[in-house]
Amino acid sequence: MTKNKQISSHRISSEDVDQLKDISGVNVYACYQCGNCSSACPAVEFMDIPPHQVIRMVQLGFIDELVKSETPWICAACITCTVKCPRGVDIARVMEGLRQLVLRSDFEHGNLCDIDEKLRKKLPQIALIGNFRKTIL
Amino acid sequence: MQLSYYPGCTLKTDAKNFEKSALAVLEHLGVSVDELADWYCCGVCFSQTRDNLMQQIAPVRTLVKAKESGNRQLLALCTMCYNTLKRSIEFIKDDAEKMETIHQFMDLETTQFYGNEVDVVDILTLIKQIGLEKLKNSIVKTDAGLKIASYYGCMLLRPKEIAIDSPDDPVIMEEILASAGCENVYFPFRTECCGSYQIVNEPEIVKDRTRKIVGSAVKNGADLMVMLCPLCYFNLDEIQQDIQKEDKSFQTIPVLYITQLLALLMGLKPDIHDFSLHSIDPRPVLKMKGLL
Repeated sequence: MTKNKQISSHRISSEDVDQLKDISGVNVYACYQCGNCSSACPAVEFMDIPPHQVIRMVQLGFIDELVKSETPWICAACITCTVKCPRGVDIARVMEGLRQLVLRSDFEHGNLCDIDEKLRKKLPQIALIGNFRKTIL
Repeated sequence: MQLSYYPGCTLKTDAKNFEKSALAVLEHLGVSVDELADWYCCGVCFSQTRDNLMQQIAPVRTLVKAKESGNRQLLALCTMCYNTLKRSIEFIKDDAEKMETIHQFMDLETTQFYGNEVDVVDILTLIKQIGLEKLKNSIVKTDAGLKIASYYGCMLLRPKEIAIDSPDDPVIMEEILASAGCENVYFPFRTECCGSYQIVNEPEIVKDRTRKIVGSAVKNGADLMVMLCPLCYFNLDEIQQDIQKEDKSFQTIPVLYITQLLALLMGLKPDIHDFSLHSIDPRPVLKMKGLL
């Protein structure tokens, strides 16, 4: 977690936290940081912030830092974290909420021509459509 | 047994071999399916947002068509379609307010849909419904001696609400293959994500996943890997070649849709397979085992 950011009551009660809750419907305060999600995540080694720390940062209101991080864009919504959580926290929905915070304010987030042509011609439709619904290029 | 069938986009293009083999297997088992007369993209990835009903319109429109078809069951072969349609039902059923809002955005659909009139079914569950004994009796190549690694991926197992079997330790594919006379190879990566649509933006993740999943299946002695998801299929079949170009020591394994294997074991016409769609050619192994 970013060291020079202070925890404050102002940050914890920010509008961003409320908006994320509205989108995802997840109660992140149920999380007690066991780390099961991060140990089960198949893509954790590509992330800059592991899933259990993402949840901790949401609890503390560090939404700005999270939407700028790589993690939500590495998550492929395989839902393994959610299945493994002993507290019923739907971590995959929190990741989606973080992506949506960005995608809803940036409508120009996909251009087919930016994908390597050789790969583009081979890809099945479900890869392209899935990608455009979940990520930015 | 009569049921409706929703193919989805990829089964009409990159995964033609899946559609053809699955329909041939079902026909052989005495099940006829009616493809919906009109269907739409399901949206591929289920919208995990709670507040955006717009993203439910695509799957709901197809579910309305399924209700109008008069059949209770709707077969979705593509696992991403299965996941999206089934989760959409879970999201809207018993919630009249959500359904009313969604109906207000649908002009062409006049049939009221409440969420509990259609059962979305995958082909593994359907084969079990038809009966494993019947499947066993339909197999003609009983002495192939194939060692099969069954790869489940995510979409049939997660989240729990729509899982066709235990999300942690599923056995349905192994049960089906055991009835078909195959030897099952259990490998630890069989329920792990292949990287999914990240193949577009982050192909390194998919390469890493493919290396681990395929490596694990090979290490456990499998002759072939079978699966159901067209995206897993692309990632695990196509990307093996890319890995091998970079690392000559990487051992590849042919990948088949489970229905292709069943069709071969049933001795159905081999022209349904279109092996040109495969990146790792399965024909040498199949010939060696007497299936071609």
